[in-house]
Amino acid sequence: MAQFFAYIVHKKGAADDSAYELINAAKKIDSSAAVTAIVTGSGGDLDKVADEVAAAYPEVWKISNDALAYPNAEVVRKALLNNLPSDAVILMPHDTFGMDLAPGLSIKLDAAFISDVADFEGVDGTDIKVIRQEFSGQVSTHVKVDMAGGAVITVRPGVFQPDESKSAGGAVTDKDAGDVSAKRKYLEVLVAEVGDVDITKSEVLVSVGRGIEDQDNLEIIHELAEAMGADVACSRPIVDAKWLEKSRQVGTSGLTVKPKVYLALGISGSFQHMGGIKGNPFIVAINKNPKAPIFQLADVGIEEDILEFIPELTEAINEAK
Amino acid sequence: MEILVCVKRVPDTSENEIEVNSDGTDIERDDLVYSVNEWDNYAVEEAIQIKDKVGGSVTVVTVGDEESEEVLRREMAMGADNGILLEDDAFEGSDGKGIAAILKAAVEKGNYDLILTGAQADDGAAQIGGMLAAMLDLPYASLVNFIDVSDNKKLKVGREIEGGNQEMNEIELPCVLSIQTGINEPRYVGIRGIRKVASVEIPTHGASDLGLGADSVGAGAAKVKRLDYFVPELGEGAEMLEGSTEEKVAKLIELLKAKGGIK
Repeated sequence: MAQFFAYIVHKKGAADDSAYELINAAKKIDSSAAVTAIVTGSGGDLDKVADEVAAAYPEVWKISNDALAYPNAEVVRKALLNNLPSDAVILMPHDTFGMDLAPGLSIKLDAAFISDVADFEGVDGTDIKVIRQEFSGQVSTHVKVDMAGGAVITVRPGVFQPDESKSAGGAVTDKDAGDVSAKRKYLEVLVAEVGDVDITKSEVLVSVGRGIEDQDNLEIIHELAEAMGADVACSRPIVDAKWLEKSRQVGTSGLTVKPKVYLALGISGSFQHMGGIKGNPFIVAINKNPKAPIFQLADVGIEEDILEFIPELTEAINEAK
Repeated sequence: MEILVCVKRVPDTSENEIEVNSDGTDIERDDLVYSVNEWDNYAVEEAIQIKDKVGGSVTVVTVGDEESEEVLRREMAMGADNGILLEDDAFEGSDGKGIAAILKAAVEKGNYDLILTGAQADDGAAQIGGMLAAMLDLPYASLVNFIDVSDNKKLKVGREIEGGNQEMNEIELPCVLSIQTGINEPRYVGIRGIRKVASVEIPTHGASDLGLGADSVGAGAAKVKRLDYFVPELGEGAEMLEGSTEEKVAKLIELLKAKGGIK
């Protein structure tokens, strides 16, 4: 069986939640797998993360180099190529770093590549059977991946149970990054501007998606929010269209919110959007597409066109006051 | 700057509900409306804006069949100068690596300073840009939502990372970038624009034109194979409110009041 590795994403001296999910993801492929964690970085933060994940992994490779202080995927790729065996199966989270690193790494390793895996369904010889979603979760697929020559796998964050036992008592081994010169240089991170309303603090959110169809129709969303005493949030397409500010966007590429009540209006319910909703709020979905994934995730669903339903709802709320 | 943009024809999710066909071998493709992948459309717009600033040309390329020509023409109507169709029965069943290998061969027939792809597609794996860059040994950045072209040796690019933050990088040319939605506002293309480019000839290259053998493309070379489609069970499912609109409104208000959703 191939050798399994997990790339550990970390920030400010702490491992990302995915670090503990990847070990269980690898074990779903091969329950007897001894998974080696790889941590790249520099300085005291790196040491802290390596020691932290050694609780969950039997072996930790620590690759220290000043050029790795910020995870520039082009630099990390070189450090990995200088260390990984040719038939390695390496798992990493399907986040903005994994998306940057993984496809190119698979080419350089001459390994199979599969992204955004939602589940593993067994191994047949050298083939792994995985489950992925397509079309924002409207359909799922089984995909067969031949890992005979190694594999690079990005795993959807949050779908595998994290390893809570932390009883591995693993050993940390120092590895040399080798030549990590790259033609891409990290400069800085520009932190998102805070908007006029801080939706991360809102108790009730009226969130609007593609189903609103036109910028002019946003009026009905604002009217509903006002009637309810709620704040307006949205999904990605509304920000892409520049109809609302980025500071209103809920999701993994936007803000993480923790309301008590969340109204998802004309939102399909992609995992990127739902990934931004924490704290188990009461979710109401209103969508004219009965097959929208949001109806599987919400507490209460209403199959209606929001353009017709929302004005009636607003009127009824105002009348009841 | 000579710019190549890789585009793909996909089912348009804003126009269609995607359903699994009766035997689970594919999605139901009858009556599907297709369009250019949304991310690719932003990539083409960005390429045109760069050309308008610094000069050069924009070429759009796709791996597909005759029907993919409409996508190329649409992007040419936006302002791309040239289109290239990569079509061959031998390409059927290619996995991501196979598609990247086909595009690599097409890149090597030209002389491009900048290669753009969409960051992902609704039916894809967000893989082509990164694979293509690695095959060409060019630097790569994904999820790009800002490009500054004031230097002709290197670009300053912003990447969209978690929490709405932006990671700034300097990247040497030539390079490959995958473009995130929202980087610009893609221009509208009218029927007249498409008519204008209706008769422009689009060259087609097959496997032999590109020097590609069956060991690198097509089903035989693919390590990744889709087996079937099915409808996911994500959770217990919502309690669906039924009845007339009036009844649903009344039930919803009651629920919202109970949960503290109406102040």
